[in-house]
Amino acid sequence: MNQEILIPGDQPVSENTVMKKSGLALFSLGMLFFLISFTSVTKFSPVLFFILSIILPCAGALMFFTAQLKGSLPGVKKNNIQFLSATNRGLIGWTVAVFLTGMYILIYWFPELLENLIRIFDPLSYTFNGHPANQWFLYGTLYTIAVLVMGVRMIVHNRHNKYQIIRTFSVMFFQLVLAYLIPMFIQNGFFFTYFWPLKQDYLFPSSYEYLVKSGGLGMFMFFWAAVMTFIATPVLTYFYGKRWYCSWVCGCGAMAETLGDPYRQNSDKSLTSWKIERWMVNSVLLIITVITALIWIDSANKNFMLGEFAHTANKWYAFFISAMFAGVIGVGFYPLMGARVWCRFGCPMAAVLGIFQKFFSRFRITVNGGQCISCGNCSTFCEMGIDVKSYAQRGQNVIRASCVGCGVCSEVCPRGVLRLENGPVEGRYELNNEYLR
Amino acid sequence: MAENIVIIGNGITGITAARHIRKRSGSNIFVISSESKYFYSRTALMYVYMGHEKFENIKPYEDHFWEKNRIELLFEHVTGINTEKKQVNLASGNTLNYDKLIIATGSRSNKFGWKGQDLHGVQGLYSLQDLDLLEKNTRNIGRAVIVGGGLIGIELAEMLRSRNIEVTMLVREKSYWDNILPAEESEMINRHIRDHHIDLRLSSELDEIRGDSSSRVRSIIMKTGEEIECQLVGLTVGVRPNIEVALNSGIETNRGILVNEFLESSVKDVYAAGDCAEFRTAFPNRKNIEQVWYTGRKHAEAIAQTVCGNRTAYEPGIWFNSAKFLDIEYQVYGLINMNIQEEKNLYWENKEGNKAVRIVYTDECVQGFNLMGIRYRHEVCEKWIREKYSIEKVIENLGEANFDPEFFTQYEKELTEKYNLENPGKNIRLKRSRKLFRSLFNNSKETA
Repeated sequence: MNQEILIPGDQPVSENTVMKKSGLALFSLGMLFFLISFTSVTKFSPVLFFILSIILPCAGALMFFTAQLKGSLPGVKKNNIQFLSATNRGLIGWTVAVFLTGMYILIYWFPELLENLIRIFDPLSYTFNGHPANQWFLYGTLYTIAVLVMGVRMIVHNRHNKYQIIRTFSVMFFQLVLAYLIPMFIQNGFFFTYFWPLKQDYLFPSSYEYLVKSGGLGMFMFFWAAVMTFIATPVLTYFYGKRWYCSWVCGCGAMAETLGDPYRQNSDKSLTSWKIERWMVNSVLLIITVITALIWIDSANKNFMLGEFAHTANKWYAFFISAMFAGVIGVGFYPLMGARVWCRFGCPMAAVLGIFQKFFSRFRITVNGGQCISCGNCSTFCEMGIDVKSYAQRGQNVIRASCVGCGVCSEVCPRGVLRLENGPVEGRYELNNEYLR
Repeated sequence: MAENIVIIGNGITGITAARHIRKRSGSNIFVISSESKYFYSRTALMYVYMGHEKFENIKPYEDHFWEKNRIELLFEHVTGINTEKKQVNLASGNTLNYDKLIIATGSRSNKFGWKGQDLHGVQGLYSLQDLDLLEKNTRNIGRAVIVGGGLIGIELAEMLRSRNIEVTMLVREKSYWDNILPAEESEMINRHIRDHHIDLRLSSELDEIRGDSSSRVRSIIMKTGEEIECQLVGLTVGVRPNIEVALNSGIETNRGILVNEFLESSVKDVYAAGDCAEFRTAFPNRKNIEQVWYTGRKHAEAIAQTVCGNRTAYEPGIWFNSAKFLDIEYQVYGLINMNIQEEKNLYWENKEGNKAVRIVYTDECVQGFNLMGIRYRHEVCEKWIREKYSIEKVIENLGEANFDPEFFTQYEKELTEKYNLENPGKNIRLKRSRKLFRSLFNNSKETA
């Protein structure tokens, strides 16, 4: 037998491969230092270990993305995403999920185990506000860094699409400035990008009293929170749909749209999951609304029967919903269930915005004539698990309470069928496509 | 008793027919396919190979849809049709009686009798089985040659590149898909193909395919004598109607199953639609055989009416189609590259050479739109063509047609300037571009 032997993968090593590998090497080295930073060796020089375990992996990741930028043409970048262990719920995906979940548990409930790691953030924390770092400073910094670095990746991968570029800059900006820099300077635990009911206590009587006591800025912040919840939310959602918040401003959205982008395809698209989603998200909204109301009644009326119950309920809510669901599961399960588990099943803010979007909004995704070929890309890459193609193939506008308007369905559509649009509220639901019936 | 409606083929044509018949009648509907039990989107096969989607993602309906709509799916192969007894013979030995029969068996890949075309590693790309074969044939290979420069050819090239397989494309024509695309657009795609590191050989023809001792492809020889080593040969030189089931059944065939404008075959109660049907008389500016997703869908809608007692002729309507060449989207509405008498072309291309708009028009009215890398609204373009808008009226309102996502650069102004420049004395002004503030407050029916 003289069959030629073909040696697989025998291809010339390009410059980009070298750059990619160097980037990954730096990243891995940085992660190694990150682990070392759990030990007391960080005392030797916090600055040095900050550089080695935080800056180094970021530099490595950015180097990798730069290599991707140079080595590819602008266009949809989804090749092999269903085959890669990191993105198809494979071994790497599970490892990342366990790591992220574990980090959340440590930060939330076992910060003393992170003591050495927290110390390397001291220099940065002193620069900001003259205090030593704590676990929340560590969390905020890592969170913001993840959004920024993975935001660069998002832009590199979507550089053919201006909507995605501008939107990604927007979430990066709001996370960095309004949810990180300003709060770290002001130091009163207030984030300008979160409102009631997502941060339920911003509109609690205790916040009101605390902020009023702290003077003009405090007044402004309570005023800001109230205006955002009761005026900006309905008005902006009327004009643009819930996307103005969920995929442009919100910090959870910022993480989902950057770090979470490689996991979109893992959201469940079945009819059953849609049912579960509606029940869950609206129940959470109902619960927190009731709790908030009871707490206000209690504060106005000292002998209120349900006062103690309300405060206890709020504690349980803070533990199960705000910490467990939004934090641990919300981010930890990214590689397994897509990046919007919290937004889809748990976020009460998303529920409010969703109700507005469904009934009082100009937003919809329109279908272009008869061009849909039912290829399924739109549904596959919908992070909210909306079966977009079921609308597209019958020429019906996509109007769903959960749609965050990320624009990815429109982007991955190979036939240019979908467009995010604002238009008259009336007639949004009419099925008037003459090509598809 | 309810009628038996039997549909052979579960592609877009067969399934559209089944769905529309179900909407109108309580008949028993059987859909037979030996390719796949469930309907899937053929045009999306490439995304499964490239790892964008799983197979379940390209099924347009969840599996419970069929039972709910009482459409019975038979995963069976049809061996013949007995038109006397009104029976369909199945490979399992069973027969199925029909009152009405719809043949929607689609196409099969062309082969032109090349030496070596049956070697292992030589294949077309049409069916689910082809995809399976491709998966096996491309395991650990380094280089492939694709013969043919149509839509499937470029899709196959994109698929193979996603697995880092080197690709050479042999295109017989002097420019990619130049029987459909006008010269400039075709040249744009030539450049784009090469930018993607695909070795595009224009005006090149295959002479023979050579194999090794185990009958596996080893290389191809071009007409020029040049030999290219490869481990896969993709034959994508078009498709032909798949009419095997109709042969020897008394149903009249030519290249396809011959039908009239009602999609009725020569035998009563037997219809054919989609890729496998051939119109005895072609519609104006159309081919006898229409092999497009959208035409198949439209044939099926007409048939569904007829089968349900409302005899309806197929109305081809204004032509439209779309595709994606690697990263460049393509949409066409109306008549493009058809050499209409006294036609004029307004053509604009961006500086980077990857976006273009072409409007074909006559002195009387606008005839067609060809878009590269830019999305235009189907309804609007069609309305302008149907209602015979003049070129100037179209240009003034171009903003209305633009369907690109928000924040995308709009080129209608440049297009207008180009028209004014090419037509001295004209000073057309773009009346409406797509503006954000318009979209906020306008309450007219259209969106912006």
